[in-house]
Amino acid sequence: MSKPQGSSVKERAETALKDEFLVNAVKFTTEKLKNGKKAATAEHGNWEEWRERGRQIRAHTIAHLDYYLNEFVNNAREQGVHVHFAPEAKDAARIAVEIAKHKQAKSVVKSKSMVSEEVHINEAFEDIGIESIESDLGEYIIQLANEPPSHIIIPAIHKNRYQIAELLSKEAGETLAPDTKILAGFARRKLRDKFLEADIGLTGANFGIAESGSIVIFENEGNARMVSTVPKTQITLMGMERLIPTWDDLEVMATLLPRSATGQKLTVYMSGITGPRRTADGDGPEEMHIIIVDNGRSLQLGDPDFQELLNCIRCGACLNACPVYRHIGGHSYPGTYSGPIGAVLTPALNKNTEEWQDIANASSLCGACYEACPVKIPLHDMLVYLRNRKVERGYTAAGEKLAMKGFKMLMKSSGRFKQAVKLGQTGQKLLVRDGYIRSQFGPLKGWTAYRHIPALPSRSFRERWPQLDAEVGASLPPMPEAMKSRMESIVAGRKERGMKR
Amino acid sequence: MKVSLFITCISDALFPPIGEAMARLLARYGVRLNFPQVQTCCGQPAFNSGYWDEARVSARTILEAFDDSDFVIAPSGSCTGMIHHYYPKLFEHEPQLQEKALALKEKTYEFTQFLVQVLGVTDVGAVFPHRVTYHPSCHGSRLLGIKDEPMQLMASVQGMELIPLPYAEDCCGFGGTFAIKMSDISGAMVEEKTQHVLETEAEVLVGLDMGCLLNIGGNLHYQGKPVRVMHLAELLYEGVKHREQTAGV
Repeated sequence: MSKPQGSSVKERAETALKDEFLVNAVKFTTEKLKNGKKAATAEHGNWEEWRERGRQIRAHTIAHLDYYLNEFVNNAREQGVHVHFAPEAKDAARIAVEIAKHKQAKSVVKSKSMVSEEVHINEAFEDIGIESIESDLGEYIIQLANEPPSHIIIPAIHKNRYQIAELLSKEAGETLAPDTKILAGFARRKLRDKFLEADIGLTGANFGIAESGSIVIFENEGNARMVSTVPKTQITLMGMERLIPTWDDLEVMATLLPRSATGQKLTVYMSGITGPRRTADGDGPEEMHIIIVDNGRSLQLGDPDFQELLNCIRCGACLNACPVYRHIGGHSYPGTYSGPIGAVLTPALNKNTEEWQDIANASSLCGACYEACPVKIPLHDMLVYLRNRKVERGYTAAGEKLAMKGFKMLMKSSGRFKQAVKLGQTGQKLLVRDGYIRSQFGPLKGWTAYRHIPALPSRSFRERWPQLDAEVGASLPPMPEAMKSRMESIVAGRKERGMKR
Repeated sequence: MKVSLFITCISDALFPPIGEAMARLLARYGVRLNFPQVQTCCGQPAFNSGYWDEARVSARTILEAFDDSDFVIAPSGSCTGMIHHYYPKLFEHEPQLQEKALALKEKTYEFTQFLVQVLGVTDVGAVFPHRVTYHPSCHGSRLLGIKDEPMQLMASVQGMELIPLPYAEDCCGFGGTFAIKMSDISGAMVEEKTQHVLETEAEVLVGLDMGCLLNIGGNLHYQGKPVRVMHLAELLYEGVKHREQTAGV
């Protein structure tokens, strides 16, 4: 299956929805991950408390990001790390390329890193003739397919094993059976050579520990450990918000992240790396660089509506929980990040410019993302705030603007609203058949393409009210004393709180 | 004690029997609802689309309508959620109105919350001999945490067979203007929901939000499936009448 085509989210979603393979593959895996998380959080027993702790750690770090960045950088430099700052994506790519040129590198082997996708690092290396190979199996598959990842932690979630077998067979030059073991075995052999050949190992970082200047990488395949031990030079790309203050804080993150991402109690490999190889070390790079990437992140600092975006630990739980993502897959979203986090993060990192705006509409605002988030980012609220900013900046369709003007006129006073309902009651007559409206006309077309609309009854509730009220009043029993006193104590409690406020 | 009904625009225009069921059911406990005519809509269609000026115009009618009420009850977790979750933000630059919004938030309850939390009623004495499934709407359950209240009320209904809805917590795809703007995504979501409803072989689908039920019910009707769609207030009131009629015979 190729990437869904189209210039807008709506268009790409429409193609994706018709792609049965894609919809089934995404449904199958998100379902598995969602159930895994459900079981792992239930088993944990104290999830909500840890979730709140996670939120606090992240919020605290972001609120004092300048302090912790400074601490991290000083400590990393003390350990012999070359630390670089990249204000924008292109700067990060340029710095990495310069290091590679300086090292006269011919090949780079990479472990999984979303920020490296964000800065398009593979393209930057390829442009100067350096081979850059993904060593995470999912990333390797989509690199062969020449596609971006469609999920934060499962980049090839949109592919089934038959499609994967086809891709790997082409690479192998022989037909590989669509058997998971055979396919993974081929990739393993192929990548082993790449690890040994590579001049540079490029990693991301799940967390940076400020108190020691270390980076921590979570992974399941062992490839990141290879990437960070075999090649002589290591480059780590890290978003500037990835920090946590201490190793103690890592305990909370090491609990929240894998359980939320895949339902694992712990990730298979968790590597903490503090500086390059020391004389006594058995392995590790001789030279280590950390490129700290801003690329729009600092724009969120101090923004009351979006700062919490930086709390994200990239677990992908919001994608798995999202009914919209499940139906349209990650490639319907613009940019590197998909699902609810991507729908907010992509526009935010890109200064909320017009070209990114239609993504905010691809949500029913159901809040499943917030419920799933291990650090409680209110993504459903942020989607509404994003829509509001879009309107305030004038990025609106004329039809919608007109409709909202109409809404305002209608809802400004109950008299107008009542009149409009009355008009509807008479006006609908041509359209109603057996109590329902079915015709696909005007703005309701999207609605009636999937649903019938019940006709307006001849009298609205407010028209019926006087008679109903009279009937109810005529035979009203006294209120039971217990209820009366419950209500009175609630009102009294409210007054007390109000006085304190 | 002034207990006021916030009917919500959708139930006012499209589903008047819900307000009637609420009024008659609560009257049995000596609660006489009051209905301030100045109310229109909570403002969600505009608010969720980003048009906050327009939303404020509509929301002001709600602030005005319930200014002197002690309790406000709405047959919708979504519209109640709008008041609770977003009104203080919507009026953050108008301190006087924000104060009113905060006061309104304190006294506004979704229908089942009021029955269970305020009146302390979990058994209305209903008999409803049907196979029923329940869709918990997202805003009610996620923004307001309404989970136990409807369950307690339904568990007390005699003769009713409550079939758990598979994937109950999944959104039905309504999302207000989302259903129009992203109609194909919304359509796929509602079709998935009705599929699950049909799997239960329930005669009745019950819920607490008419936006969602308009969506799911509309798709069931479109597919020609004879599942009756009801608000829980209607189901409870019909059940109470049923018990009284059968007891009277």
